[in-house]
Amino acid sequence: MTATTSAPGIQTQPQTRRRMSAAQRRDLRDGLLFTSPFIFGVLALWVGPMLYSVFLILHKWNMLAPPKFIGAGHFERMLNDPLVGKSLINTAYYTFIGVPLQLVVAFALAVMLNQQIRGLSIYRTIYYLPSITPAVAFAVVWVQILNPEFGVLNEVLHWFGLGPINWLFQPAWAKPALIIMSLWLTGFQMIIFLAGLQGVPQELQEAAEIDGANAWRRFLNVTIPIISPIIFFNMIIGIIASFQVFTTVFIMTDGGPQNATLFMVLYIYRNAFELFRMGYAASLAWILFLIIMAFTAIQFFFANRWVYYEGRL
Amino acid sequence: MMIALGLTFLMPLAWVVSTSLKLPGQVFITPIEWIPTEPKWENYFEVFRRLPFHLFIRNSFFVSIMGTIGMVLSSLTVAYGLSRLRWPGRDFVFTVLLATMMLPAVVTMIPVFIIFKEIRWVGTFYPLWVPAWFGAAFYIFLMRQYMLTLPLELDEAAKIDGASNFRILWQVITPLCGPAVATITIFAFLQHYNAFMEPLIYISESDMYTLPLGLLWFKGRFGNFWHLVMAASMITILPVILLFFFAQRQFVQGAQFTGLAGR
Repeated sequence: MTATTSAPGIQTQPQTRRRMSAAQRRDLRDGLLFTSPFIFGVLALWVGPMLYSVFLILHKWNMLAPPKFIGAGHFERMLNDPLVGKSLINTAYYTFIGVPLQLVVAFALAVMLNQQIRGLSIYRTIYYLPSITPAVAFAVVWVQILNPEFGVLNEVLHWFGLGPINWLFQPAWAKPALIIMSLWLTGFQMIIFLAGLQGVPQELQEAAEIDGANAWRRFLNVTIPIISPIIFFNMIIGIIASFQVFTTVFIMTDGGPQNATLFMVLYIYRNAFELFRMGYAASLAWILFLIIMAFTAIQFFFANRWVYYEGRL
Repeated sequence: MMIALGLTFLMPLAWVVSTSLKLPGQVFITPIEWIPTEPKWENYFEVFRRLPFHLFIRNSFFVSIMGTIGMVLSSLTVAYGLSRLRWPGRDFVFTVLLATMMLPAVVTMIPVFIIFKEIRWVGTFYPLWVPAWFGAAFYIFLMRQYMLTLPLELDEAAKIDGASNFRILWQVITPLCGPAVATITIFAFLQHYNAFMEPLIYISESDMYTLPLGLLWFKGRFGNFWHLVMAASMITILPVILLFFFAQRQFVQGAQFTGLAGR
């Protein structure tokens, strides 16, 4: 998943081409046989569909009339479609404000749980459970929690003399409301951080302590570098997932109010499965795909500046 | 501090449970009455009377179990081919595997839908569980990493005894992969059980709804009855909570595997 594993390099094996012994032939046969489910899956569910969607991009098709060739027409249309820009900005807002906050919350929770506290397994359960519940269920629940009149969140704000806030009914507050909810779902990232923290070698901490480093410096200069691959992992996964958020907005706001939560995947879904503009939806999906790939590549590019891999200088 | 944070995280779930046991008139009383004086367990039966939740439960479990079996079998088989056999092209297949792990699924959503429509699978359960039988990159990767930790002498000894690769996989390697199998079982089950977009796109007949679709339908029809909606939500969440408490160790272990895969 990271730079160390993603570039294994293809080993050249010159002898295999010329003459293969019976054993080598059997190995090749078995190798292909055992990996055949995956090979078939990649061809049928990735390569084939991606090629097919190139066809879709170039055609206008509502699944009833035959497809009509329009070349780059979909891309011209995107430039004149204000909802494309709107959904891109909304998605970027949700991702670039939401993911850093999620990482900070997950990391802070993990650091707290890494202290010697009583009832560790109870706290771990409390923080972890929300992240594995079905998205539909917690979306339904959070609509009520965020209800301006009777919701729990406004009641809590009221204790502190704040609010009430019209969370999901006010364009300025709808995205922050969704981000607040996403913080409640960071349990899985927290568990991954916690596993990483528990793997920080005690000797390193002690050595730094002998050298006179205080707790804060030890945290900054020992703990953070050691677990930086895990921060990187959570960041990559978090950004890819956040760009593709769908279920919660589909249920909680359906893009509203005034398109304030119209995210890319929701807009793609609408075009494909409500308006049956298959070609246009496929084009939008490709744009989102390229954006996500670009951001993933950028992160890998900058990774060796801050991600520390043990055993690599 | 810890206690306050813990309560904050617990609050939504506590609120679901409490609301699901209230009379309609008690729901909107402020300040919130966290523990209803007389829990109304009938709310749960009422949910089943209004919509066929027993069918939704059956459908959800069918899809999740079929998907999980496929995911475990495909991960074992493909990971074996990638970790314990030497053959030209293996590294290429592994590179492709790593690449697909990073690909955002959104790009294939529409073409895959059209393909399934062409082969008349739209409106059936097949699109929800058959893809798992071809393996998912991430689970195969986890299994491969796990298999790499097992000594190769095991295979060699079995080979000398004349065992085929199939027998080695099922009788020698698989019994040693318990922790990885447990992790994949749990996460594959959750993934299928929690899935929303696939059922939304592929299932139209209400008798075939999975729990997430059923819950959404329930909310659409009876949205004003918060106590019933919360009971229906609880019915949807409960299997996940039970699974978590029965397999807590595997859950934590699974997340740790996942994190270590990131190294």
